[in-house]
Amino acid sequence: MTMEKIPVSDFATDFDHTDPQWVADPYPIMEDLRERCPIAHSNRYGGMWVPVLHEDVSAIANDTEHFTSRTVVIGAGRPGEDAPPAPIGVAPPISSDPPFHAIARRLMLSEFAPKKINALEGFSRELCRRLIAEMGDREVIDAAVDYAQHIPVGLIAKMLGLPQEDGDLFRSFVHIILEGVDLPQEERILAFQPVEEYFIRVLEEHLQNPNDDLTTFLLEADIGGMKLEDAHVFGTMILLVVAGIDTTWSAIGSSIWHLAQNPEDLARLVDDPSLIPSAIEEFLRAYAPVTMARLVKEDFDYKGCPMKKDDWILLGFPAANRDPKFFDRADEVIIDRTENRHAAFGLGIHRCLGSNLARLEMQTALEEFIAAFPKFELADPSGVSFSQGQVRGPRVLPIRILERS
Amino acid sequence: MKIKLDLDKCQGHGRCYSLSPDLFDSDDLGNAVLLVTGELSDDQVAQATLAANNCPEYAIEVIA
Repeated sequence: MTMEKIPVSDFATDFDHTDPQWVADPYPIMEDLRERCPIAHSNRYGGMWVPVLHEDVSAIANDTEHFTSRTVVIGAGRPGEDAPPAPIGVAPPISSDPPFHAIARRLMLSEFAPKKINALEGFSRELCRRLIAEMGDREVIDAAVDYAQHIPVGLIAKMLGLPQEDGDLFRSFVHIILEGVDLPQEERILAFQPVEEYFIRVLEEHLQNPNDDLTTFLLEADIGGMKLEDAHVFGTMILLVVAGIDTTWSAIGSSIWHLAQNPEDLARLVDDPSLIPSAIEEFLRAYAPVTMARLVKEDFDYKGCPMKKDDWILLGFPAANRDPKFFDRADEVIIDRTENRHAAFGLGIHRCLGSNLARLEMQTALEEFIAAFPKFELADPSGVSFSQGQVRGPRVLPIRILERS
Repeated sequence: MKIKLDLDKCQGHGRCYSLSPDLFDSDDLGNAVLLVTGELSDDQVAQATLAANNCPEYAIEVIA
């Protein structure tokens, strides 16, 4: 049961990223805050600061001296002493701080570098084609439910060496972890149990039958000759499933949502698919799915904001990406934008580990979708709904196919 | 004109080697590797500027 929340009346002083107004359309709110604040505050969640300018998001993302990553998803209240401590955290390396962060991250980087990821292109493309084939000749499909949500699940299952049919389970895990921010701590722990049981079983199976996959890689990896602690392996597995799924699902969905409403952009991409990579970067900028959190390490004054130890920082990469002081025509989607230093994958040492994978998935997903459906539109604009929480993207996206190739 | 790549700033976003593969490559970790040294041709200046303008970490500079 989710507690009934009081609607936000002023986001500058009572910010809440789960408020229905923010979930429905956060961009006008960001714009308003940029002019008035530019760092919003809230007493919700035990105290939270929300920077909306690129310069502040960048400064905080790069300041690991004053801000810790030990908890990156905002919970019901202040994390206090119960939360896993820095520098390792619950899901390394995203929850890790220097100096451990660099060690845990370096371990994973080669597995997500272009050489490894590009080899998955054929698998990703086949998956997209199969999903499109399964739509048959339906006039209206749901691009979030029938398409976008399955692509990252398929890829991450393939990489970890887990059964493709476990996809529904993974999505429920993501929901428990990311969208359960409103649950009291005890209920969250209870809800987390099936996730824990699943991964403990997976790790046991891989220990007995090693395979050429990321799970076995983690089990056999070492740091300075020492095998990773069980909690490290487990935490990284959870991270890969959570961070890899509804993020890219959101990015693919938002891209299709944009194209469904902007037939001139769709026509340009159909005519010239070589524009797809720059269009993807622009969709990532304008509809960045991911907002991360930090915690204030010790009492600290940031630009006149009296931040207290364990206050949350909601690190809005989507807001940074719409800052008109940083981007020319920030609120317009320009699919051939030539200068685009967007922060959709974060900034600084925590740059998204899976960015190459996300781009590959977006590339194959959009190429195959527009090749199969050169013309489409929103079937029910008011029926589109977006996820609540720190990952934003369409979860219901009815699309009417106007032309099939 | 020359390219200056600051590897202390590079976080492996990979924008440079995607946009300007003649000038940049990826190492085994996904960080940038510079493929050219010395003076750039006009075409290379355009490619280098494109890479620099899309680096979120400001790790690339095109300098005189």
